[in-house]
Amino acid sequence: MVEHGEIRVVHRGGSKLNFRQPIFTHDSRFLLCASGDGVKVFSASTEECVHHLLAHTGLVTGLSLRPSNQLQVFSCSLDGTVRLWDYTDGILIKTFSIGCPIYAVYSSGSHDGVLFLTVPAKDDKKSDTFRLVAVQLPQSPEQFVEAREFSAVLEDVSSNPAAVSFGRGGHFIASVNNLQLEVFFFKKQKSYRFYLPEDNKHGQKNTFTCTTCHPKEDCIATGHEDGKIRLWRNFNHKKEYTYSTHHWHHTAVGALSFTPEGTNFLSGGGESVLVQWRYNQETQKDFLPRLGAAISHISVSPDGCLFCTSHSDNKIIVIHSYIKISAVIQGLVQGDRIKTDLIVDPLSKALVMNGKPGHLQFYSLQRDKLLYNLDIVQQEYIHESGLNQFDVVKADFDTGGKWLATVEERKQNSAELELNLKLWAFDEQTQSFVLNTTVSAPHEDRVTDLSFSPDQTTLLVSTGNDGLFKAWTLTAPTAEDESASWSCDFVGSYHGLAPQCCSFSADGSLLAVAFREVVTVWSTVTWDLLTTLSQPPGDIRNLCFGRQSCSKYLLGTTDKNQLCCWNLLTCSLEWSTSMDVSLLLSDPLSENMAAFCSEAGCTDLFVFRPSEPRPLFSHKAVCPGRVLRAVFTPREEPLEGSEEQLQWINRSQLHFFSPNMELLTFSTKAEEDRLTASSKQLVIDDHVAMTPFYLLLGKRPQTDAREVAAVTDRVQPPQGSSAIRELLQTPAHVLPSTSQLCSMFVQSLLVSTADKREPTNVTEEEMESEKEEEDSEEEETSRVTAIKNQDQTRDPKDPGLTKAQTRELRQLRKLDYSWVGALVEF
Amino acid sequence: MGEFKVHRVRFFDYMPSGIRALAFNRDTERLAVARDQGSLEIFNFSDNYCQEKIFPGRDGRSIEALCWVGTRLFSVGLDGLITEYDLENLRPKYAVEAYGGPVWSISCNLQGNLLAVGCEDGTVKIFEVLDDGIQFQRNLDRQKGRIISVSWHPSGTKIAAGMMDMVRVFDAETGRAALRLLVERGVGAAKNKEVVVWSLAFLSDNTIVSGDSAGKVQIWDGLMGTLVRSHFITKWDVLALSVASDESSLIAGTSEGLVVQFQFLQSSGEQQDRQWVRTRTFKNHSHDVHALVLTDTAVVSGGMDTQLVVRPLLDKVEKNTSESELRKIIFPLKSLVSCAKKAGLLLFQFPGHLEVWRLGESEGYGKDGDRLSVKRKPEKLIHLKRKGEDHISCSALSPCGTWLAYSTVSCVRLYRLQQSGNNISITKQPVHLLAPSEDGKWLATANTDNEVHVYNLKKLKLHCTVPVYDSSPTAIAIHPMSSNLVIGHADKQVFEYSLGQKEYTLTWSRKLQKQGLHPHWFERDTPISHISFNPQKPSHILLNDAYMLCIIDQSLPLPDHKTRLCNQNTLRGLPESERVQHSHAFKICKRFQDVLSVSFQEDESLVIVERPLLDILSQLPAPVRQKKFAT
Repeated sequence: MVEHGEIRVVHRGGSKLNFRQPIFTHDSRFLLCASGDGVKVFSASTEECVHHLLAHTGLVTGLSLRPSNQLQVFSCSLDGTVRLWDYTDGILIKTFSIGCPIYAVYSSGSHDGVLFLTVPAKDDKKSDTFRLVAVQLPQSPEQFVEAREFSAVLEDVSSNPAAVSFGRGGHFIASVNNLQLEVFFFKKQKSYRFYLPEDNKHGQKNTFTCTTCHPKEDCIATGHEDGKIRLWRNFNHKKEYTYSTHHWHHTAVGALSFTPEGTNFLSGGGESVLVQWRYNQETQKDFLPRLGAAISHISVSPDGCLFCTSHSDNKIIVIHSYIKISAVIQGLVQGDRIKTDLIVDPLSKALVMNGKPGHLQFYSLQRDKLLYNLDIVQQEYIHESGLNQFDVVKADFDTGGKWLATVEERKQNSAELELNLKLWAFDEQTQSFVLNTTVSAPHEDRVTDLSFSPDQTTLLVSTGNDGLFKAWTLTAPTAEDESASWSCDFVGSYHGLAPQCCSFSADGSLLAVAFREVVTVWSTVTWDLLTTLSQPPGDIRNLCFGRQSCSKYLLGTTDKNQLCCWNLLTCSLEWSTSMDVSLLLSDPLSENMAAFCSEAGCTDLFVFRPSEPRPLFSHKAVCPGRVLRAVFTPREEPLEGSEEQLQWINRSQLHFFSPNMELLTFSTKAEEDRLTASSKQLVIDDHVAMTPFYLLLGKRPQTDAREVAAVTDRVQPPQGSSAIRELLQTPAHVLPSTSQLCSMFVQSLLVSTADKREPTNVTEEEMESEKEEEDSEEEETSRVTAIKNQDQTRDPKDPGLTKAQTRELRQLRKLDYSWVGALVEF
Repeated sequence: MGEFKVHRVRFFDYMPSGIRALAFNRDTERLAVARDQGSLEIFNFSDNYCQEKIFPGRDGRSIEALCWVGTRLFSVGLDGLITEYDLENLRPKYAVEAYGGPVWSISCNLQGNLLAVGCEDGTVKIFEVLDDGIQFQRNLDRQKGRIISVSWHPSGTKIAAGMMDMVRVFDAETGRAALRLLVERGVGAAKNKEVVVWSLAFLSDNTIVSGDSAGKVQIWDGLMGTLVRSHFITKWDVLALSVASDESSLIAGTSEGLVVQFQFLQSSGEQQDRQWVRTRTFKNHSHDVHALVLTDTAVVSGGMDTQLVVRPLLDKVEKNTSESELRKIIFPLKSLVSCAKKAGLLLFQFPGHLEVWRLGESEGYGKDGDRLSVKRKPEKLIHLKRKGEDHISCSALSPCGTWLAYSTVSCVRLYRLQQSGNNISITKQPVHLLAPSEDGKWLATANTDNEVHVYNLKKLKLHCTVPVYDSSPTAIAIHPMSSNLVIGHADKQVFEYSLGQKEYTLTWSRKLQKQGLHPHWFERDTPISHISFNPQKPSHILLNDAYMLCIIDQSLPLPDHKTRLCNQNTLRGLPESERVQHSHAFKICKRFQDVLSVSFQEDESLVIVERPLLDILSQLPAPVRQKKFAT
């Protein structure tokens, strides 16, 4: 078995947006958000992801704008580096190597060149106590700098970045941990600690959850487990400190933030209500309710016009300061667990899984964007803990993507189980699924598996714990006005055993159903039991038919750590091996199969072909814990892999969920290089070669400004016009009809075409400048790459160009650049 | 401890009256409390918040405001009188008519020579304080509408007066109105209602703080007459304000029973940049907080729910000491119940009348904690209305149940109960009586100077004086057999004094002093209210305060500081043999709460009179309605 250094487990797509607090850029136009291994730059107004800053090799754990240059941002990561980015162009400027995992980064305007980092207290990486250290960033022109000189500021801080906050102009720092508030004054180099009692009489918890400092005054706001907000004042005295308590939240306060002027502060928590408090008038509050999920972070733009809240269902809401939602950035909704398998919608190629309670979400992994939520349960969800409500437990598409089958269940208590099987037809006009058939109680007990036949016949098989498997088919309508609906076609059982899983062969002619330790193979045409296969001991956990050239093989895993492969032509065991396979799945586009095996608390991945004894690829310890959900997703364009071991991810990509609900995938070096190609390593303006493109783009702003000035000069106010004078001076009763006057008046407002030079050129240029403003954001990066490529393919032109040449180039600019993008990939 | 048959008496429907006004004298640390019925109490804060003096009320007298001038105490009321009190004889000294209709408020300047009173007719009247009385000096400019609150500037040159819808600032020398500060009315339906400025505070930096009926605490600039800041703290009324002596903190009391603290804090690094910020909120009352005092270490509040609450400020006192505990003073120290041991009668004292009840009888015996069936229900024998307008100040019933005495400020009356069958008639005999005696030979008296005198009643002369202890005695009793005087003090100290030897008893009291009382004993926050003796077991002394009952067995060893003081439950779990070595002299029972009186009967049963707080609360008018979360 060979380990492949070139394939790496990465976060790509569907990563958490709510892991850390998003920050607004200085002009409040963009939102920077740590997301998996990268940093995403969203436009605050259009919700579009403008840049994806990728270079970290671990989870990004913090962001902080550089105080001395607001156009740059520091990001820190568990990989032990702090990176400095130019977020407007998406360029990595510098990398500082710290040498230990970093959990949070802070910077303050009064400490220039110093970063404050939360690192583990001891050098061993497993410790769960943290300290806050100050790191002096070395002044060096190099791109990769080692910064290993720490000075400890606070011991025993919380790893949660919301637990540390800088106060009024960086004079002091406040840190909360459990029941302690510590305030450290930089000038006096003195710290004060304040403790709260563990529990007061009413059994409420006083534990601190978050803190923030007033920007102008000496006031610290802290949020608590029991929903109280305390405003601490006079904390530069050991004894005469004082605080006021404000209680609105009934669950823990999740986030707190002051507005830039300190006139208001915002709080949020599990109630999913944003509360705006007036500072010093705390009895007056504004509320923004029904935000959908618990608030985990709040940030405020530097101009105070926009707020932004992160929610536990992986979304970011941008809110106007007059408490109105302006934009919603939705990531992959991650509930507490996924009940359905991961499936791929054959039409949209989107990943489909549980989303909001009672919904299926369609998430495009290619665009890393939530497409839509499909309401399956169609019942009001009640936000109350301990309440059993309907949820989707099984879902499957047929091969054409025309039909979707879902099973929802609600378990009231041990006796009552409510089940519904719903079949949804795809409606071409509305481009969404419409409910076609509802079968209540399709089985007496839990539905264990649901599968569509892979051939074009509409056949659905469900297996239940009641010992039956049922085949459902679409039947023609009996009456004229009815539409086709689904009904049960066949009910099968085997010795009263409960079927656990089923699988169709690639051509749909065979159905394998596993009853405990026996695999039964049925013909889907006649519904005859063709054969039984068994490999005791151990119940069958997974069943999978081989694809393409391996379609004669049936693979099964048992809970006694066996992986078996049967040859259906000989009806005998081809081979078997002993491994604890938690999940077995086949790639629909190739004959490859992937098996996730649990080994010593970690999960290993093996990719193999049923016909070959050697695995194609193996990866030890892809993540800790058991992997229970994974899916092969087809790529839009196949990769051109060279090595044999890497070919399995050329056509489809393997995505899987780690036990702590992170969506991970496998990626090759070449693929990563291609993705980071857009964010080039430090492009400095002076080094850009003189190309026609550079002339166009680089010199553009100055000429624009001059021309705009010229345009404003030329526009004449219309009051001198004789038409208006006539209109105003003539008595009303002798004036001609209004329709005549109107055309005369409008003509007087038009700029005459004869008096100025090159008028056509002017209007054209005006239009161009407008157009450029519109698309400059999106196209900036692609242009940079385009320049690079032009550089290689063409000779650098002489900077002095004639007017005619410029005009020609300008026309060139209007052309489609997509072919340049294609150039890059080759 | 021994087991007793207990008469658990709950039919004494005593109702304390609500607190109307408070005044604190910072020099002597005395707090004067005025109640709704016109009675007045004085507490000594330097001596464990001990209730020192009680002035019984009088029909028709009401006290709206109180004011200390040096050690002299003045009150004003809606009867239009300004009254000074005689603190030695516990009676009003004189009353002066203000001639301005009902008087709402009184305030004394810092120099202590002038009193300002606010009257119904819209005048602020200045009275000069003379040695033997007060004298009207002049009126300030008369306003339309009543003057609800008055406050002097510490310099004595200006007076702020709170009225309907506005605050007026007067020049105290010329009497001219200098400023008019308009107070905004409430919103909504309250827009048409006049806003009442219930309370005012004039600070030395010319800041005026006002509390009004629209629920606002407003900070005004008293020089320019501008509003600096408005704190909206309640939907109801802000009834009282009090400022700390260093003017760094102030508190406001509201109709919801809240006390809100404001502090004058630096908002940023500079010393000048200070502002009033709302900080803490205390919720110790269920009803209106009518009166407030902010002492150096504590918030003292009183209101309609009749409790006086002392809430220490934790930043000013040591933590986890007896100082830092919340105190609620509900019952008067003086016993309102007296019990005729032999006859089984109880005498209850109300401000306006007396009631004599016969105790019920029960049959059989039960285990500890059992409830015995009542054979004969308790019955009310006499309902005796007092004569005159003065309220009853004290009362007593003789052990045989044939003599009944009560006194008011002006007279003492002795009644003889004639009981023949069920027919009771009263014959009146005017007799002078000084104090209740124990067994007829001795008379012990204690006064507020902490002196305890013992008189020999046979010889009618002073027998001896107990050495003066620096805390005032709260309960004294003479042992019926050994003639030892047992004294309980406000700081929970207990002494036993032998009248024969004229010294503290060697065998017990000195030993106790040497070893010291158990630290937990000192943590109790209500004083010992009564001492009595078990007639059958001479070594037992029975003490009680409002929340516990303690029997001190003098024959047993004193508790070690390490052992638990309250160990009755652990003792019960031990076998008989070990019980002896673990038991100590203090046997405490906490089964009875809110105890007004404990006394022995002849037949060795106990009479315990309880007045549960819930019963008192249920008789109060309903508090203002508040929305409570999750209801």
